[in-house]
Amino acid sequence: MERYYQPEIECASREQIRAWQDERLVKQVRHAYDHVPYYKKLMDDKGVKPEDIQSVDDLYKLPFTYKKDLRDTYPYGLFAVPMKDVVRLHASSGTTGKQIVVGYTREDLDIWDDIVARQLVAVGATEEDKVHISYGYGLFTGGLGLHGGATKLGATVIPVSSGNTQRQITILRDFGSTVLCCTPSYAAFIGETLHEMGLTGKDIPLKAGIFGAEAWSEEMRKDIEEKLGIKAYDIYGLTEIMGPGVAYECSAQQGMHVNEDHFIIEIIDPETGEVLPEGQQGEIVFSCITRQAFPLLRYRTRDIGVIHRGTCSCGRTFVKMSKPMGRSDDMLIIRGVNVFPSQIETVLLNHGYSANYQIIVDRVKSTDTLEVQVEMTPEMFTDNMGEIERRQRELVEGMRSLLGLAAKVKLVAPKSIVRSEGKAVRVIDKRKI
Amino acid sequence: MSIKQISVFVENTPGALYGLTGVLAQHQVDLRALSLAETSEFGIVRMIVDNVYQATTVLKDAGYVHSLTPVVGVAIPDVPGGLNRVLQVLTDAKVNIEYMYAFLGGKNVNHAYMIFRVADEAAATAALAARGIQTLEQDAIASL
Ligand SMILES: [Zn+2]
Repeated sequence: MERYYQPEIECASREQIRAWQDERLVKQVRHAYDHVPYYKKLMDDKGVKPEDIQSVDDLYKLPFTYKKDLRDTYPYGLFAVPMKDVVRLHASSGTTGKQIVVGYTREDLDIWDDIVARQLVAVGATEEDKVHISYGYGLFTGGLGLHGGATKLGATVIPVSSGNTQRQITILRDFGSTVLCCTPSYAAFIGETLHEMGLTGKDIPLKAGIFGAEAWSEEMRKDIEEKLGIKAYDIYGLTEIMGPGVAYECSAQQGMHVNEDHFIIEIIDPETGEVLPEGQQGEIVFSCITRQAFPLLRYRTRDIGVIHRGTCSCGRTFVKMSKPMGRSDDMLIIRGVNVFPSQIETVLLNHGYSANYQIIVDRVKSTDTLEVQVEMTPEMFTDNMGEIERRQRELVEGMRSLLGLAAKVKLVAPKSIVRSEGKAVRVIDKRKI
Repeated sequence: MSIKQISVFVENTPGALYGLTGVLAQHQVDLRALSLAETSEFGIVRMIVDNVYQATTVLKDAGYVHSLTPVVGVAIPDVPGGLNRVLQVLTDAKVNIEYMYAFLGGKNVNHAYMIFRVADEAAATAALAARGIQTLEQDAIASL
């Protein structure tokens, strides 16, 4: 039977959720306008007054907030409460350039703990569970975010932090961890290491995992579930909005419920800024309607996704968002076709290749070329040249059918794709436009 | 009896093969035979070595993707028609040959050796034995 942390909220009627959102949005806009001079200026410049926002229907009137606004006001320019009320800071370096810093009041942390606890209960955790947290602790929101939620739930928290995989496995076994929280790529790595040690999911008591903070595919989910012998769930969040837990996956494992009592999600056309109807793919925009210290409104996440209303088998009534398909920054336009690196990764994993790949885009005689370099793995290698070439052709065919584009596939030696800080550089765009 | 061939993935780039032979030389792995199949982008190095266990360990440590493949090694008398006779036997036995390569006879100067990659090593070995043609055993490789 489905269990909930706060059933009266998670399964509230749509009318009730809408009423909360209307009331909280109006208050939040006033709060931001009155306490953040930068917001006042943004709104004044657009000719919007707080009283123009009477309900969620008026949300579109508000200006967008961009990552650039956070950088321009670094470090405390968007804080809406005096520093004496700020009890925590977190920061994110982002993928490019200058870091951003966000603040939390005690009430903000309390809300964060609640939404993470909702995620934990949604994956079946109770106060009996031992929650093993392998996200990094520190300025990054992953470690402390999951830590707070698990503590609030009353589970036993094992604050392992990231790194030292052998030790992680020893703790998983000896301490009897039942829920694992980390990035999906680290979960896959723990699974592989377990495998190399001659162990399987049966040798560890884990039953579920909560994985977020980076893009991952359904194939990767299957792989992690198989290797660790668990159910793997997705969690969404970003530091600017709160941290992990903004949206959470339920037993249906088909999209993440957005915690709509605290956040309003919109999907917009990244080019025009126009709000798109349900079911259409676009950029995800979030407004925080309860956060006191850092009241971001209409924040452009650069993540591309889609939302679906309608009932969910789990009984929750919050709207669901898809796993982000990629960053709008990552989207490549090749011969007029939109391509996300995550789509290429899906095809590779579907065909048995590894996720160690690199995409090289170039322009030869005014035609875009797409080359995908993928590292050879022991599983895909054979002494038979014809067989390797056949698999390579199948992969090219798979790319053509999914992307609608002809790609060249080049098999390269293991570990030959350059990694910076452990992460592979996915895209090299040599086009001079 | 079949013997073990080590197949290794290498990129078709300058120095790739040199890198591989360097790793083997550094660990005193003795090559008995080597052949290369290649496309413009990558190649498969197929080799017979004196010490399979040591070679695979060294390759794994150096990060090479490789596999072990059972092949049939046949001593072919260095006389006209020697190879022809072996192929005749395999053809009669309907053993399909995927690829083959030769190496000269080490200390035994009167022989050349052929390595055959076939669909069915057991059938190939039996057919050859029935016609009095000896195949190589793994143990014999080191002393060639
Ligand atoms: Zn659900």
